[in-house]
Amino acid sequence: MSHAAAVTDQRPSTLRGASLPKWSPWAIAAGSVAVSVGIGLAAGLDSKVQWGLIAGLIFLVATYGIAAGVEGRRQAKDRIATALVWVAFLVAVVPLVSLVWVTVSRGVKVLDIYFLTHSMGIVADSQPGGGIYHAIIGSLEQVGLATIIAAPVGILTAVYLVEYGRGGLSRAITFFVDVMTGVPSIVAGLFILSLMLIFNMEPFGFAGSLALAILMMPVVVRSTEEMLKLVPNELREASLALGVPKWRTILKVVLPTSIGGIVTGVMLAIARIAGETAPVLLLVFGNRFINNNPFEGAQQSLPLYIYQQYANSAGANAAYDRAWAASLTLIAFVMILNLAARAIARWKAPKTGR
Amino acid sequence: MAKRIDVSGLSAYYGSFRAIEDISMTVEPRTVTAFIGPSGCGKSTFLRTLNRMHEVTSGGRVEGKVMLDDENLYGPGVDPVAVRREVGMVFQRPNPFPTMSVFENVAAGLKLNGSYKKSELADIVEKSLKGANLWNEVKDRLNKPGSGLSGGQQQRLCIARAIAVEPKVLLMDEPCSALDPISTLAIEDLIGELKERFTIVIVTHNMQQAARVSDRTAFFNLAAVGQPGKLIEIDDTERIFSNPSVQATEDYISGRFG
Repeated sequence: MSHAAAVTDQRPSTLRGASLPKWSPWAIAAGSVAVSVGIGLAAGLDSKVQWGLIAGLIFLVATYGIAAGVEGRRQAKDRIATALVWVAFLVAVVPLVSLVWVTVSRGVKVLDIYFLTHSMGIVADSQPGGGIYHAIIGSLEQVGLATIIAAPVGILTAVYLVEYGRGGLSRAITFFVDVMTGVPSIVAGLFILSLMLIFNMEPFGFAGSLALAILMMPVVVRSTEEMLKLVPNELREASLALGVPKWRTILKVVLPTSIGGIVTGVMLAIARIAGETAPVLLLVFGNRFINNNPFEGAQQSLPLYIYQQYANSAGANAAYDRAWAASLTLIAFVMILNLAARAIARWKAPKTGR
Repeated sequence: MAKRIDVSGLSAYYGSFRAIEDISMTVEPRTVTAFIGPSGCGKSTFLRTLNRMHEVTSGGRVEGKVMLDDENLYGPGVDPVAVRREVGMVFQRPNPFPTMSVFENVAAGLKLNGSYKKSELADIVEKSLKGANLWNEVKDRLNKPGSGLSGGQQQRLCIARAIAVEPKVLLMDEPCSALDPISTLAIEDLIGELKERFTIVIVTHNMQQAARVSDRTAFFNLAAVGQPGKLIEIDDTERIFSNPSVQATEDYISGRFG
């Protein structure tokens, strides 16, 4: 035994090479942060973003250099790939967290029940007080109406494309859906505005809904299409082979199987249009007072309210606070929608339990 | 209530490609007929022409006649949906509906067609599950998802689902190829029972299985890749496996293929 062990010890192992200790990435990261702080102070760089980017670069270079020296080139490539993934992750997450943090910390200042239940009717933009009730009502009505228009049309279009579409017509529809996905929101707004000018109409909420529906429809079509394609063909054939007509197969087998994903797609599309400002600015115009009727008279909406508080208040702090609070409300609205979509997706997902 | 199938001069196409050519055969009621042959020779395609599932594939079309007793399935004005209610099908891979419970899966054919009385539904589901030898295993979990069953149970669930609509003919496309030997035995026993009530046509790659379960066996072959598949011969299973009249059949069965 001991003899054999001695023999193996004398030979250089081909399976084991020199390797860096487990804590080395952390040490390199800490070192590169320290070096970048030093460089930042020495060169007098004000921006923390620059410090972060320098730290990231030093981390990448140091990781590669040290690993190449100790472990060899192949392991160094492996380590630099890992390091790149981490740096990319931080580059993506840090701005997101900082955005949420700033919005929350600045938004909670004036966000209370009073703020959510009052309009700007008697408050000047430069004065404290007032609220966003009129904007919430406007946003809910405009986005709700847009969804009522765009979701059924979008889902039915996707059903046509996946279940029935053959040849030229479906290719043309797919092409135009792709084109529509790229339409800038201001163009959708201008299109509806041109119709309004033809018929000599004043701004009103439903006009905004129409523009939002144009923006929402391609998103719904695309996501629903992907979800329907995920339904295995075997399920369609099983249903058809039972003597079920095609339309009932789609209604009772295909759509229920994919309903979770379809709902998620619609919710994400709603989240996308809830933040649109440009078409609302053109078509709904904005209103200081509560207007519950989306079919007559100018309305307010959350993104438009944020823009106007920032733009029209000549730097008054009260207006800035209201804008941040409205931003927080908008983010919360979108987040609640996403959570609802996840809940529905989980609730409706095909069951696999025993 | 089982019906006779009489096929004459049937060819099936995928687009411009002819997959099977000029097939004629008769399948007697209350018998099991097995289709054997190498992969790609058109067994499954031919099976799918018997309940008009072939045309569901894009570009699929059929020429020729399939008589179910005295009605041509491909005659003018024949509704493929009505054909599929008469001629049921079980697929290679078990495919229970994932959103439905065991009970709903068996009831699916009736429910989706809207042709049932609520009071009868439970009886029909029980009868079908018993018919598929699955009742004892699932009677306590009828409301659990059908996809939670084992592979063999799922396949019997699919058979129960197919026989719940009381078809006249049952087509099976390699129903055991995804199953272990014990589940396969369960399905083969079941086929023996089901032939009392239905006309059964089964595609299989397993020649022992064809010899075990079928009364008659049809051998399909194709001249070369890209050529249409053809029916070489159809005869009593015993004859096919002991003394076939065509040399190619004997070569295939005895493993001297090619």
